[in-house]
Amino acid sequence: MAGTFTTSMARNMFFGGTVFFLLVFLALTFQNEQIIPQRDQRAQLDANPAIAAGKKLWETNQCIGCHTLLGEGAYFAPELGNVYKRRGPEFIKAWIKTQPTNTPGRRQMPQFNFTEQQLDELVAFLKYVSEINTSNWPPNIEG
Amino acid sequence: MQYKSQAVARLYFIAAIGLFVAQILFGLIMGLQYVVGDFLFPAIPFNVARMVHTNALIVWLLMGFMGAAYYMVPEESETELFSPKLAVLMFWVFLAAAALTVLGYLLVPYAGLAKMTGNDLLPTMGREFLEQPLPTKVGIVVVALVFLFNITMTVLKGKKTAISLVLLLGLWGLALFFLFSFYNPDNVVKDKFYWWWVVHLWVEGVWELILGAILAFVLIKVTGVDREVIEKWLYVIVTLTLITGIIGTGHHYYWIGTPEYWQWWGSIFSALEPIPFFAMTLFAFNMVNRRRREHPNKAATLWALGTGVMSFLGAGVWGFLHTLAPVNFYTHGTQITAAHGHMAFYGAYVMVVLTMISYAMPILRGRAANPGKAQVAEMWAFWLMTVSIVFITLFLTAAGILQIWLQRVAATPMSFMDAQDQVALFYWMREWAGVVFLTGLVVYITSFFVKGETAKA
Repeated sequence: MAGTFTTSMARNMFFGGTVFFLLVFLALTFQNEQIIPQRDQRAQLDANPAIAAGKKLWETNQCIGCHTLLGEGAYFAPELGNVYKRRGPEFIKAWIKTQPTNTPGRRQMPQFNFTEQQLDELVAFLKYVSEINTSNWPPNIEG
Repeated sequence: MQYKSQAVARLYFIAAIGLFVAQILFGLIMGLQYVVGDFLFPAIPFNVARMVHTNALIVWLLMGFMGAAYYMVPEESETELFSPKLAVLMFWVFLAAAALTVLGYLLVPYAGLAKMTGNDLLPTMGREFLEQPLPTKVGIVVVALVFLFNITMTVLKGKKTAISLVLLLGLWGLALFFLFSFYNPDNVVKDKFYWWWVVHLWVEGVWELILGAILAFVLIKVTGVDREVIEKWLYVIVTLTLITGIIGTGHHYYWIGTPEYWQWWGSIFSALEPIPFFAMTLFAFNMVNRRRREHPNKAATLWALGTGVMSFLGAGVWGFLHTLAPVNFYTHGTQITAAHGHMAFYGAYVMVVLTMISYAMPILRGRAANPGKAQVAEMWAFWLMTVSIVFITLFLTAAGILQIWLQRVAATPMSFMDAQDQVALFYWMREWAGVVFLTGLVVYITSFFVKGETAKA
């Protein structure tokens, strides 16, 4: 902190630096919006309303409170971004229906009493997520 | 205290500590559920305990920031608060909203809570950390805006210092970026992309401005070093924070469907994010070494130095550990993230709020510093909590490395649950470290009630 470096110089550096890098970030975000249509499977969303319904079920039952989805969420239960590929639709539905296992000492998943239609919507959502281009993450099928 | 209206801070600090206790109790429940899976099931499923754990943390830190602002701004601006009444009213609104939300989490199944609170009108719930029902989210915005109005008007009518400017920018940024919590598109990639504008731009962006401002304020008070010097340091630190941290957001955009160029931008800029934290460590130690007075509040000085060190370790070092894309490919979404989260939140935000409380609370109670015995108890609490969070972090890191090896690297990868069984020993050790943390917290609270001789503030 030499005498030549004044507080007002420090302040200008702060404002200048922040604005500059914020603009770079916004430019990157703009570029991001141009590219993601090739990766995010948005055509599926328009074609199949069950996916949005499934996402809403995913949210209103707080699945993210135990599971991860594309690696984000809680680390208490398996990754579900690729569960459609790992287990397939019938296994997923059967699994959700038979919870909780009530095995003493094991981690328990609640019973959500979904209808058959809701189960199909959840599966549609999980199928859609499994087809997003995630740059080959996760490293293997176990998630 | 110098200004009567600073007294409103006391309410905020007391509520913050109360919610801190709730956060830790639910943390212990979750920690036990990691090894005794059916503990308290179905009364308190893991996801409910986790919501209470994380939401209580967020709310008590916000309470701490608001209390800190109400304490600091009158002194910085050399004028009374614009409206102490509004500050008290907003406190009760915020506390009631927080209490109702937690009760809702605990007593009503989440899907029912969503239905009751109008999630169909504007679905925002069920995303990590943003689980709050719509009325709570709206309440947060209202409380934040009234709070900002109050603080901004105070600064405008009084003296404008660098500390209050940085603090205000941080607080306004906090409110602004929270608005992205209302944006929840069906497209999962876009949902996740803008979700980080709340989460990352809070904790690795604007919150660091608040952290810097609080630390600078307390350092001026306890060391007596020239404001000129401290404010220059503050500007340098927050400059480094934002020029690394804004584009550093890219380190969350590796594997969520976003373009691959983020792997470069995110890796390079977030690798630089430890620098401002290191500057913060140097800052705290330098100022204390160059002190011009011996402040009677030794505990507050200890917390300030602790913030410098632990934020660098937790946010800086443990963040860097898994921030480079080729490393993050294996660590993403594992216990490594949990390890980093625990030490970073404690080291940066918990400790800075406790620094402020440690400095301000005695003065709010009419004394320059707490009696010697009370300070000794508080320093015991400092060490118990800090050492146990280090161990929690180390155990979770060990669990994470083992988990990654078994589930993602080994020639025949294990399933998630099989790998979890293999690392159970580390989860047990983490839980015991958590019990030590709770002990530290009990000692901390006890320290407020230790009596003895005190000098008048």
